[in-house]
Amino acid sequence: MQVRYFDHAGTTPLDPAVLEAMMPYLRESFGNPMSIYELGGRASAAVQEARADVAALINARPSGVIFTASGAESNNFALRGIALARQNEGKHIIVSKAEHHSVLNSARFLEKQGFIVTYLPIDGYGMVEPETLGKAITKETVLISIILASPEVGTIQPIRELAKMAKEKGIIFHTDAVAAAGQIPIDVKELGVDLLSLSAHQFYGPKGAAALYVREGLRIVPLIYGGIQEGGRRAGTENVPAIAGMGKAAAIARERLSHRIEYLRPLRDRLIEGVKKTDNVYLTGHPAERLPGHASFTVEFVEGEAMLLMMAAKGIYAASGSACSSKALKSSPVLLSMGIPSSVAQGSIVFSLGHENSTDDVEYAITEFSVIAKKLREISPYRGGWGGVEEAEKCIPKK
Amino acid sequence: MYSEKVMDHFMNPRNVGEVENPDGVGAEGNPTCGDVMKITIKVEDGKIADAKFRTFGCGAAIAVSSMVTEMAKGMTLDEALKITKESVANELDGLPPQKMHCSNLGADALKKAIEDYKSKHPQ
Ligand code: FES
Repeated sequence: MQVRYFDHAGTTPLDPAVLEAMMPYLRESFGNPMSIYELGGRASAAVQEARADVAALINARPSGVIFTASGAESNNFALRGIALARQNEGKHIIVSKAEHHSVLNSARFLEKQGFIVTYLPIDGYGMVEPETLGKAITKETVLISIILASPEVGTIQPIRELAKMAKEKGIIFHTDAVAAAGQIPIDVKELGVDLLSLSAHQFYGPKGAAALYVREGLRIVPLIYGGIQEGGRRAGTENVPAIAGMGKAAAIARERLSHRIEYLRPLRDRLIEGVKKTDNVYLTGHPAERLPGHASFTVEFVEGEAMLLMMAAKGIYAASGSACSSKALKSSPVLLSMGIPSSVAQGSIVFSLGHENSTDDVEYAITEFSVIAKKLREISPYRGGWGGVEEAEKCIPKK
Repeated sequence: MYSEKVMDHFMNPRNVGEVENPDGVGAEGNPTCGDVMKITIKVEDGKIADAKFRTFGCGAAIAVSSMVTEMAKGMTLDEALKITKESVANELDGLPPQKMHCSNLGADALKKAIEDYKSKHPQ
């Protein structure tokens, strides 16, 4: 069966040109970049070249790019590294409720270390309102971290405006751009952020390579101590093949960005229009301020994991924020924070498109989706409405 | 992640719907994730003559509902009361650990349906 892959927010396939760029460093150019002989020099040159390419993707100076092993590591590094570096100036941190677990759980860790954390509410689109941020800032605030774009609902935050508010008060601003990098243009100077996280496997690069951008002159405490790799800020022998791959992926993304966006937007809009033809289906996230390939919904009266399984049986691979589809059996905190009732969040479904998806893929997904939603509603006690089964209703635990 | 049998009962669920004029109705909610399963039964000569379900839940929950109604049909009420989450999971060739509570839901909904019948027909 033909696979139609709609889970690019989960991960993307490796671009063949990226694999090609990685191969020498898995084979003959296996040297350690720290070694002084030619083999080491070759590896070191590959890392520096990749650094320049990743920097160019976000309009940063190469020296501002620190390679890490994952987006989660970059987010941990940003929060913990800045909190520790600034703790003498204040112990208050602000994050939003739209954040990824790696930001939220880093914030929770810092809370245990004596920091005070404010979790900013988001509106029905998953957006942080600048006024809310303004009210949360105190004299003690040292760090603000707000996600650039949500992988769950696709919403793009007004980062420029939010970062400006931080700057006026001398507060460090980090943005998690893992879902956004390579999807939309990013310019760290124009955004006015101090730190930014990005990850290669979200833009057709390999897993195991990611980066944290740190503004020139900003002090950050390392997570990993050891040698002097990455300017002493992140020890450990560099993952040269993955880093070379990330550089290549960044270069390709930069070159084709506007082309990809132009291709994805109409495809996404057609998918949204087609999926919404089924009744009681709602778009989640902002209708306009959203990632070019991102289409996410709640489908009432059915559960997300069941939808995913039926779609997978048809070769359609997508994602869901439902409780039953998560290993922890918890609904997506982002959906709940947007004010979506947990019963409705159970019907979450997320399609994230990539440039290798065709119009045919999208039409096929629309058709199959409507059949599957109908079939599962046939099985559901709610079918046409939440009031359908009174005795069943009573069994739903009130939260 | 699921056995072939789970996938079969999920993709082609048996006994979907409500039996007509049910003798017993049982519904159970899932405290972990808010899902709901409703089972209706028809009782004849002390045996479960028919059982049907409707479920709002994951793939495992739907497969469990299908299996538990299949198992119950033809059993005496006392036999059916002995169905447990383990016996349903076994019939399905196993469930992932985090999905065992979905199996519980099936056994409990059936139990409630039988109790409902018994409360209406005291011996
Ligand atoms: S019904 Fe929610 S996990 Fe099975």
